[in-house]
Amino acid sequence: MRHHLVLRVIAKLLIPLILLFALYVQFHGDFGPGGGFQAGVIFGSAFILYGLIFGANTARRVATPEVVRVLAACGVLLYAGVGVVAILRGGNYLQYRVLAATATGGEHLGIFLIEFGVGLTVAMIMIGLFYCFTGYRPSDHNNGTHPHDA
Amino acid sequence: MQLLLDAISWICLLSGGFFVVAGGIGLLRFPDFFTRLHAASVTDTLGTGLILLGLMLQSGFSQASVKLILILVFLFFSSPTAAHALAKAALHGKLVPFVKR
Repeated sequence: MRHHLVLRVIAKLLIPLILLFALYVQFHGDFGPGGGFQAGVIFGSAFILYGLIFGANTARRVATPEVVRVLAACGVLLYAGVGVVAILRGGNYLQYRVLAATATGGEHLGIFLIEFGVGLTVAMIMIGLFYCFTGYRPSDHNNGTHPHDA
Repeated sequence: MQLLLDAISWICLLSGGFFVVAGGIGLLRFPDFFTRLHAASVTDTLGTGLILLGLMLQSGFSQASVKLILILVFLFFSSPTAAHALAKAALHGKLVPFVKR
């Protein structure tokens, strides 16, 4: 645990700020550059940085692969659910203006919700891809012997 | 006063640009990994710092200046850390530094 002291200190300093910046990009997306996809990638990159420096298994304890999988599905469900709610309220699929009392309010609410769904899914898929790449064990593949070992 | 600020700002911008270009040339022309890393990281910290300082003088007291100060703070933390991590990884990978014989 004594290795990489500089990296550990700087990562502890920067990871909360990266997460905060991801939330800023997510929720300021209506008024400035940003949006769900970019915010999700920034959020996921903070987790990947944590996993690279403190170990992938430590990152797996923070957000377990099951939670990542369920939350990734929840993001898609939120996106599709907003569309279905619009149908139930008498509009077309993803017609935001029927979601709230006023058309502008409904559009704000709808875009806010689907961007949040996009951000959630993208962040969780990024973290899940990182887990897939770091979870490779040779014994899963061909009983531990690398093809070039012999 | 405005003229003085403009002059200082342009001196900062141009010298910052010079340092960044010098770092780029060093990155391309130096003989091995460690010297290239040195050229890129050291000049980048000074060059981007000067450029951001020049931009701050141009924008005055405003929200843009606060954002530029934040960028400066994060660059001062992240750029040397990245150089440190690269050099450490290279040393761990048994890369021998270039020594003139």
